[in-house]
Amino acid sequence: MAIYHLKTPISEEEIRKLKVNDVIFITGTIVTARDQAHRRALEYAKQGKNLPINLDGLALFHCGPVVKKEGEKWIAVAAGPTTSTRMDIFEDEFIKNFKVRVVIGKGGMGKKTTDAMAKYGAVYGAFTGGAAILAAKAIKSIKSVEWLDLGTPEAMWIFEVEDFGPLAVAIDSHGNNLFLDVQKKVEENRQKIYEKLGLSS
Amino acid sequence: MEIEKIVENVAFNILKQAVIYLPEDVKQALKKAYDEETSETGRTQLKAILDNIELAEKYQAPICQDTGTIIFYIKAGSEVKGLEKIEKALINATRKATKQVPLRPNAVDPFTQKNSGDNTGRLIPFINWEIVPGNSLELTVMTKGGGSENVCVTGMLVPGEGINGLKRFVVEAVIKAGSKPCPPNILGVAIGGGADISMKLAKKALLRPLNEPNPDAEIAKLEKEILEAVNMTGIGPMGLGGKTTVLGVNIDYAYRHPASFPAAVAFNCWAARRASARINADGIIEYLTHKKKAGEVI
Repeated sequence: MAIYHLKTPISEEEIRKLKVNDVIFITGTIVTARDQAHRRALEYAKQGKNLPINLDGLALFHCGPVVKKEGEKWIAVAAGPTTSTRMDIFEDEFIKNFKVRVVIGKGGMGKKTTDAMAKYGAVYGAFTGGAAILAAKAIKSIKSVEWLDLGTPEAMWIFEVEDFGPLAVAIDSHGNNLFLDVQKKVEENRQKIYEKLGLSS
Repeated sequence: MEIEKIVENVAFNILKQAVIYLPEDVKQALKKAYDEETSETGRTQLKAILDNIELAEKYQAPICQDTGTIIFYIKAGSEVKGLEKIEKALINATRKATKQVPLRPNAVDPFTQKNSGDNTGRLIPFINWEIVPGNSLELTVMTKGGGSENVCVTGMLVPGEGINGLKRFVVEAVIKAGSKPCPPNILGVAIGGGADISMKLAKKALLRPLNEPNPDAEIAKLEKEILEAVNMTGIGPMGLGGKTTVLGVNIDYAYRHPASFPAAVAFNCWAARRASARINADGIIEYLTHKKKAGEVI
């Protein structure tokens, strides 16, 4: 387990060094997108329209923050990750089109996303679910917000962050997926549990 | 003061308490889990959780950005006057808390996908009523996260299999849920009644503190047995592996139809947010889960 401090834009070379179980902290720009923003971003790509921000080398954050507005300024009050599997249906295309290098969320992602991360050079950084203040304190400012018509949780928030983490590298760019490994072990443990409970399988 | 105003103030206070301060029993269970966890990645996750709990208290900010769907449980004394005004008071408190705490607006019209922006909408906040003897009013709020809600399950078991069927049902629910409900979780488990009744009881069982086993010794034993079994899965904190997958199992039941064996498992994330207060006839307010002075807005 190694610890890395990365600055955006992050290069493919830096990403390829990372292995599952490493811990990373990110400084620079991270951009939120949940279900609706993913869907819209991919529609934009299909129509050849540019996104409000160039995501190349940045980190994508599965997050619908609690925000408040003070005057003209938005402040992130709480900003933990949301469940990433919901974005599995979009993420391979998203990585391919927009070249994000780190996808931050909770709960992990599936085979299709893992393959895309290996192909295009990206990692999945698991942020502790619910640790919303830990996240909010690393957000130094909200640079802007796009697509607010989707509602505040689903809008695209552009955060300037400092040492955002700890993020556990749970999918690396070499095809390793910590969540799928744990799932495999859980399957193996099922029999032992059934035996302990006196259940037939 | 008018009952409507008192209820609004108290409901606002418990909402604020719930989203910022975890109940003491949950905090203690998480600390114990951190001390006992052997997986390095699992410990990193539990450390982040404990740090986050402290930061939320320090900055008076919600523990998690998903401040949940707001559910009230009301124990209304049959002699309390003005009960018809309570619903409106709870809606007002929800709107006020959404703005002032603040909470994330989490009420979406399922047909138009429009977010109401203030955590209210048809049947939301949801209010569970119970009429009890007496002249006091007890308010409990649960702010229920979406990630853990998405893995709640109901099922119809085979009556002939008895409790073994339930054990299998719970183990499979936990395995299937995996990392999604932000483990370590609390499980509310219920059997009997009917499809709706079992889930209602399961969810309500999440309100019971972790240090209070079931008063029925046999059921308490079953709670412990299931707890130990699901912690053998190895899912661990946040599904990254480890021995803490579930912090506690709370079971409740109703009698069942001879042909039916309804079962339900309600998941709560580690951020198991709940708070209660009692409004007495003399106007004295007792905060039951969060020991603050009466009327003090924390």
